[in-house]
Amino acid sequence: MAKETVSAGPLRGLYKFFASITLTITLLLVLAATSVIGTLIPQNESPEAYFRAYGEIFYRIFSALKIFDMYHSWWFQSLLILLAMNVVVCSIDRLPGVWKIVFGVRSRFKAAKFKNKPGKTEFLSTEPPSVVKAVAESLVSKSYGHVQVKPTRKGFMIFGEKWRWSRLGVYIVHLSVVLLLLGSVIGSIFGFDGYINIPEGETVDHVRIRGTGKIYPLPFKLRCDDFDVSFYKNGAPREFRSDLVIIENDREVLKKSIIVNDPLRYAGINIFQSSYGEMQAEAPRPAAVSRPEEIVLSLTVSETGMLYQKKTRIGKPFDLPEGLGKFVVTDFVPEAKFMGQPIGEALTGILTPAGGQPVEVTLPLRFANFDKMRKGRVIISVLEPSAGKQMMPVPGKKKRFYTGLEVTSDPGVWVVYSGFILMLAGCFVTFFMSHEQVAVEITAKGKKSLVSVAGTAYRNKMAMQRKVQRLSDKLAAGTKAV
Amino acid sequence: MTSSTLLSIITFVYGLSAFIYIFSWVFKKPEVARLATWTAAIGFIGHAAGIIWRWNESYGLGIGHAPLSNLYESLIFFAFSLTLIYLIIEYKYRNQIIGAFIMPLAFLTMAYASLSPSVSNHIQPLIPALKSNWLIAHVIACFIGYSAFAVAFGLSLMYLIKQREVDPPAGGSGWLELFPGKQALDELTHQMVMFGFIFLTAGIITGAVWANSAWGRYWGWDPKETWSLITWLVYAALLHARVRWDWRGKRSAYLSVLGFAAVMVTYFFVNYLPGLHSYGSS
Ligand code: HEM
Repeated sequence: MAKETVSAGPLRGLYKFFASITLTITLLLVLAATSVIGTLIPQNESPEAYFRAYGEIFYRIFSALKIFDMYHSWWFQSLLILLAMNVVVCSIDRLPGVWKIVFGVRSRFKAAKFKNKPGKTEFLSTEPPSVVKAVAESLVSKSYGHVQVKPTRKGFMIFGEKWRWSRLGVYIVHLSVVLLLLGSVIGSIFGFDGYINIPEGETVDHVRIRGTGKIYPLPFKLRCDDFDVSFYKNGAPREFRSDLVIIENDREVLKKSIIVNDPLRYAGINIFQSSYGEMQAEAPRPAAVSRPEEIVLSLTVSETGMLYQKKTRIGKPFDLPEGLGKFVVTDFVPEAKFMGQPIGEALTGILTPAGGQPVEVTLPLRFANFDKMRKGRVIISVLEPSAGKQMMPVPGKKKRFYTGLEVTSDPGVWVVYSGFILMLAGCFVTFFMSHEQVAVEITAKGKKSLVSVAGTAYRNKMAMQRKVQRLSDKLAAGTKAV
Repeated sequence: MTSSTLLSIITFVYGLSAFIYIFSWVFKKPEVARLATWTAAIGFIGHAAGIIWRWNESYGLGIGHAPLSNLYESLIFFAFSLTLIYLIIEYKYRNQIIGAFIMPLAFLTMAYASLSPSVSNHIQPLIPALKSNWLIAHVIACFIGYSAFAVAFGLSLMYLIKQREVDPPAGGSGWLELFPGKQALDELTHQMVMFGFIFLTAGIITGAVWANSAWGRYWGWDPKETWSLITWLVYAALLHARVRWDWRGKRSAYLSVLGFAAVMVTYFFVNYLPGLHSYGSS
């Protein structure tokens, strides 16, 4: 008990903080302002590119603030979490009151509420109150679902009300915001985003994760039977098409041709056409170079951008510059392959980072930038021996393509899509359906009646004034006003 | 003659209409504003015909697609929905001064599309990623949203001009005599913001669904996506500001101007940044 009273103060303060719309406005504007940064500074480029573009000092500042991947940084995500907490607490705070308005017993209309409403009209009808009442009742019930008639001392009051449930629209919008955030969290925890290049005719069973480059095993095998690209007369591409086959337990379970905008979906995994390339024809030929005696490597340190050269031999370990660990070239491979694709001659080696696990590294002679993909702290490429001549396409042989596929899985997408639907529905109800009430007061004036019409609306009050005017005009026309 | 020739002629019709609206406002001749309305309405009919014609032409070239695929076509559609929304407002609210603030925007948009050498009016075939019905829904929703925000922007400018008037001269001889009242301008702005907000929301959502069907992700923080989100956040803040402090009036009008600035960045300037939406550039 004692504990509770002690914590009630700060908790109450916290609750108030999160229930405030000032916080909402602040968060929305701060999110807008900070989002601008990531559109001015390109995201997820290589560290060297940033280093070159911004220089050392800014590179270090930006990098500490996670500006280079800011939308996934802890501070940006915290803003989103704050917004989610804000919307949840605010709804918990207000919903009970609105719930009562919408589902509670209808309050007895009070004439006083309409007394000084702007747009109130008044006219004198030549009909007695009972006749005016009948006309007014039928007019009001035409546009208002709920009608009450109340006799007064010298006449009648007629009340109409509609769309009180539209007050829930805002809560549907707010629920949808929570669903969007929740769905994206589910996607980032349980989903993946990978890519793979498959040469025509070949089969793969894994993809590479975008960003980290890690291998992700697929629960099936994927074969590409054919790839085709067609062009318009002006040379722009018209369509990319890959004929894919899914193989499970050595059985072909699904065949489909995919094009851009029409992916293959199987076992919760989506496969999209994203790029393509032409394979160099594989002509049988002797290796351009044999096992080299002497090797010259170039070493680029990513963080500092410094470039080093190192002469070495196969099997001779050496220390990497700047204390980054050890490296040894282990072998020469004349026909190396990478993800099923021939990459020509290559060296293999073992890199042992300072205080880390040894990793195997492939260094193709023809692709100097190949090792960048590893995103390591040091990038290694081979200067000597140099690669043999470019492989020549063999005449008469059909060009061979590989297809570039985007392979993703996102179990959160249905939560996000439900959020989309709720957001549109909620906005529609909130913006275009307003909780309205009208009151017609009829008072006997001798044999005639004094009639006044007034109304209130939860939103769009000026449109309500026009509605009141129209109702009043119709009523006046129907009851011989003078 | 081709559809682009017709659309260039419409540019001048809109220019004439804008001129008459401004003339009628500045020289306080409400009776000539009728002429401006008719000019705008005739221009609008020709505009609609031009869009359908262009659509038909693309089929004649064997690359048929809705005319919503490049910067030229999007500008034409933007001016089209802007004029449509304006004519509806004029009909509903029976005020012709607003035209002096909206029709110039429609004219400038058309002039930029037709006359700027950096905007190509060729009908181009669709590259694979753009072949999608979601894309059509996306572009239509976004541009209706942008047009509503443009109208809100014009109304906010009118509000800001009107609220500087300290003492309306007796007998109403000032420039602002024919302006709608401050409260009416404010409410109409709010209506337009709500209208624009729902269409921008629909535009972002259809864009996300399209991206998911083409690339396997519904959101990728590319600059155009991010700027549309920034625009959306600014207008969301405006909607809440009205709830919280009853921020009707001046501050609300400034936020609406800020929101429209974000629309302009999303529409035009993002193309100078790298990203997937570069098809919008020419
Ligand atoms: C991105 C997030 C949000 C969106 C898209 C959103 C959307 C909306 C919309 C469209 C309205 C109706 C505005 C109008 O009446 O014209 C609204 C009203 C409101 N919002 Fe939000 N909102 C968000 C976040 C929040 C948060 C975090 C709070 C927490 C305090 C909040 C509290 C309210 C309140 C109290 C209202 C007024 C409800 C009423 O009129 O009775 N909103 N919101």
